Amino acid sequence: MSQFILRRLLIAVPSLLGISLVLFVVLALAPGDPFSELATNPNVPPEVQAALRAKFGLDDPIYLRYLSWLNAMVHGDWGFSFVSRMNVDTLILQRLPTTLYVIGSSQILALCVAIPVGVYAATKPYSVFDQIANALAFIGFSLPTFFTGILFILIFSVTLDWLPFVYSTDIKASGFRWVLEMIRQAIMPVMVLGLFQAASMTRFVRSAMLDVIRLDYVTTARAKGLGQAKVIVKHVMRNAMIPVVTLIALQLPAVFGGAIVTEQIFRIPGIGSLLISSILSNDTPVVMAVAFVFSCLVVAFNLIADILYGWLDPRISLR
Amino acid sequence: MLDKELRSMIGKVKDGRMDRRAFIKRLAAIGLTAPMANQLLAIGGVAMAQSPAPYPPTKRGGGGPLKLLWWQGPTLLNPHFATGTKDQDGSRLFYEPLASWDADGNLNPILAAQIPSVQNGGLAADAKSVTWKIKPGVKWHDGKPLTADDFVFTWAYASDPATAAVSVSTYADMTVEKIDDLTIRILFKNPTPFWANAFVGAYGCVLPKHLFADFKGGKSREAPNNLAPVGTGPYKFVEFKPGDVVRGELNPDYHMPNRPYFDTIEMKGGGDAVSAARAVIQTGEYDFGWNMQVEDDVLLRLEKGGKGKTSYAVGGDIEFIALNFTDPNTEVDGERSSMKTKHPILSDPAVRKALAMLVDRDSVKKAIYGRAGRTTANYLNGPEKFASKNTTWEFNVEKAAKMLDDAGWKVGSDGIREKDGKKFKLLYQTSTNGPRQKTQAIVKQACQKAGIDVELKSVVASVFFSSDVANPDTYSKFYADIEEFQIPMTQPDPALHMRRYISANVATKENKWQGQNFPRYVNKDYDAAIAAAETETDPVKRAALYIKCNDMLWQDTVFIPVMHRLKVEAASNSLRPAISGWANETDNIQDWYREA
Repeated sequence: MSQFILRRLLIAVPSLLGISLVLFVVLALAPGDPFSELATNPNVPPEVQAALRAKFGLDDPIYLRYLSWLNAMVHGDWGFSFVSRMNVDTLILQRLPTTLYVIGSSQILALCVAIPVGVYAATKPYSVFDQIANALAFIGFSLPTFFTGILFILIFSVTLDWLPFVYSTDIKASGFRWVLEMIRQAIMPVMVLGLFQAASMTRFVRSAMLDVIRLDYVTTARAKGLGQAKVIVKHVMRNAMIPVVTLIALQLPAVFGGAIVTEQIFRIPGIGSLLISSILSNDTPVVMAVAFVFSCLVVAFNLIADILYGWLDPRISLR
Repeated sequence: MLDKELRSMIGKVKDGRMDRRAFIKRLAAIGLTAPMANQLLAIGGVAMAQSPAPYPPTKRGGGGPLKLLWWQGPTLLNPHFATGTKDQDGSRLFYEPLASWDADGNLNPILAAQIPSVQNGGLAADAKSVTWKIKPGVKWHDGKPLTADDFVFTWAYASDPATAAVSVSTYADMTVEKIDDLTIRILFKNPTPFWANAFVGAYGCVLPKHLFADFKGGKSREAPNNLAPVGTGPYKFVEFKPGDVVRGELNPDYHMPNRPYFDTIEMKGGGDAVSAARAVIQTGEYDFGWNMQVEDDVLLRLEKGGKGKTSYAVGGDIEFIALNFTDPNTEVDGERSSMKTKHPILSDPAVRKALAMLVDRDSVKKAIYGRAGRTTANYLNGPEKFASKNTTWEFNVEKAAKMLDDAGWKVGSDGIREKDGKKFKLLYQTSTNGPRQKTQAIVKQACQKAGIDVELKSVVASVFFSSDVANPDTYSKFYADIEEFQIPMTQPDPALHMRRYISANVATKENKWQGQNFPRYVNKDYDAAIAAAETETDPVKRAALYIKCNDMLWQDTVFIPVMHRLKVEAASNSLRPAISGWANETDNIQDWYREA
């Protein structure tokens, strides 16, 4: 087991290197300037803007910039933001908890909705419940988050005035009220993200269940006289979960991506909004670092999925 | 004539035979009133009145929290590294300059004991030095006293190129010396009629020497206080998350009585302008929203029965279409838009004039800017004293068509004008931005009617305004026939605004396109007028020179002004912000309060 993990981690190194190289080249080729805001300021002559470019090494050849970035990265230095003039790792760490809180909650919400609904729908295919669940799922994943987000704001903030739509990281309250406020302001973004995820997951759980439920061993289990609940949970679900785990694991990085839009709408100071503002201001070190974190996540979650397979189905051996 | 009248009036104010208000009124009547009228009086020898901003609160604090919404949050809090206005705004909550500009363009003393004038000995008659007296008893947030050393240090810090401060040119060409603990003198290399740039406004914020002394020059980025400001301002620093939030709390030792009014301050960043307008005007989640770049229709709709309203501040920001005097399609020595070429179409003044008639400024105002814009014929729109009354504009397709006919551009079989086999085709570029693309569409439509084929192009702002020498799409390379963007005026004086267009400043390959004269306009008379204005110490003659420069730009149709843009803010109904079109939004933050 530990050998397997070690080997997988070693394999990840060249792929991460490749990812970083491609990212860096693409970013370096993209035109733009982190100091473009200075251009029209009559107080700042263009020489100042050009001097800043030179000082931050933006005029160096791409391969030199990549090598110095890589060298720093190997030494644990994530780089220095052009725009904020501070270390990138501090910038990311500052925003990580918020992203984890919002994305984690939405993922849990998605699972809590998708698994029971999908399983129940599969046990009674083409029933009224299944039809309704299907219809809602289709609506759910057809509506993009930037649309549902704004719709929610319009309904719950503007019309009903129940929920705030500007996310605040420092709530002026303590104890129970603080928890309550944290939940209150996270409701809308979590719902938007969670329900979007839940919609596609429900469809997936349902079809995975249907694949398994028709197999002979399920009939055998039923013939043994096991109750419906036990058959479904212990025999069907465990096997049906294997593709679902793959889906969730591979989708999680995509959720981070989807969260970018949601974070922008609700002004959640997470990694996604950091990525957007850094891309817009051409803050290459920050974009590199965030994209790199995302690629690490993809690699990590793939590994986790593989380990989970072994646990769900002992026939899959990890070698 | 104007000169004499003004002179006698200044004399009257001096002797007390005329009060300041009457003076300003009279100036208004002859089209000279101005934010700068007061600086004019100052040089004329009358002490500048301390702006009598009404400030009813009678005690410090007690105002609760003040929640500001900046849809682009500050990303750093050192005023001398502040790339964008958002960073300047954030820094200004904690750091202070000697003086700020108020709504009328008057200097409002902050850390200065008084505004320098000829009378109080602050201004030298030859305009080569200014002496500032510092308010006694001011303390930094950590309890250390503010002294002249801090100002001398700030000058040395910012003017050192190794520091990589964005304010480096504000502090170049001068030396700052300490006279005593509470007096500094700024010595200019050349006579500088506009003396109120260093230590005034956004780039004027003074840094504490005791915290930054070790981080001057190459080590500037390592200063821990870049992210944790210690200033003299009304609010003390609490927390900063770049791009997200800046928080501060009331400074109990603040040097102005009864200020600040609010107990805590929060500046939240992120999102977009429309939802920021919503959060302030419609739901009232926030007290103040910055830079409401939102269509006027939307704002009007939100304001109906809302909890807030918009407010407008007049400055000198000008949105314009610049015409290229060189040929963007011919390459000479590896350079397009080279000075060795002439624009094949636009070098004819009659054609440029006709083009100006095809920009329907009224429609642009009506359809796009609404209350946030004023139509104008001038490139230089303020302060009032510098705004020319000699210019006019009109929108007239028929007249433009006739002028083009007369210039030899006849309508061809395909409806496009041509002359000597050359088609009248223009490439019109601007940065990607909703209102600009709409303006492009309005102009294109009128041009089509007049038989001009206009191709539209929009470039992402971070590319358009980049100084990347390798990029062909920057505004300074100007590889297009006409281009549109906005140049703001950051202080109530036209010196920096107008000197861009002298011939020495033409953007060329040789200067890596760093020349600010992007239309590549060359006019000896213009150069001479600017040179004269820059050393002219007589405020009236100086204003006349800048008006003359503006009129030359108009006469030669270097620019087609599209809109004189106002600052648009949103504030809750009870908030009384002190906003000036000549300064940053937070430049007078100490005077903000809430009406009960």
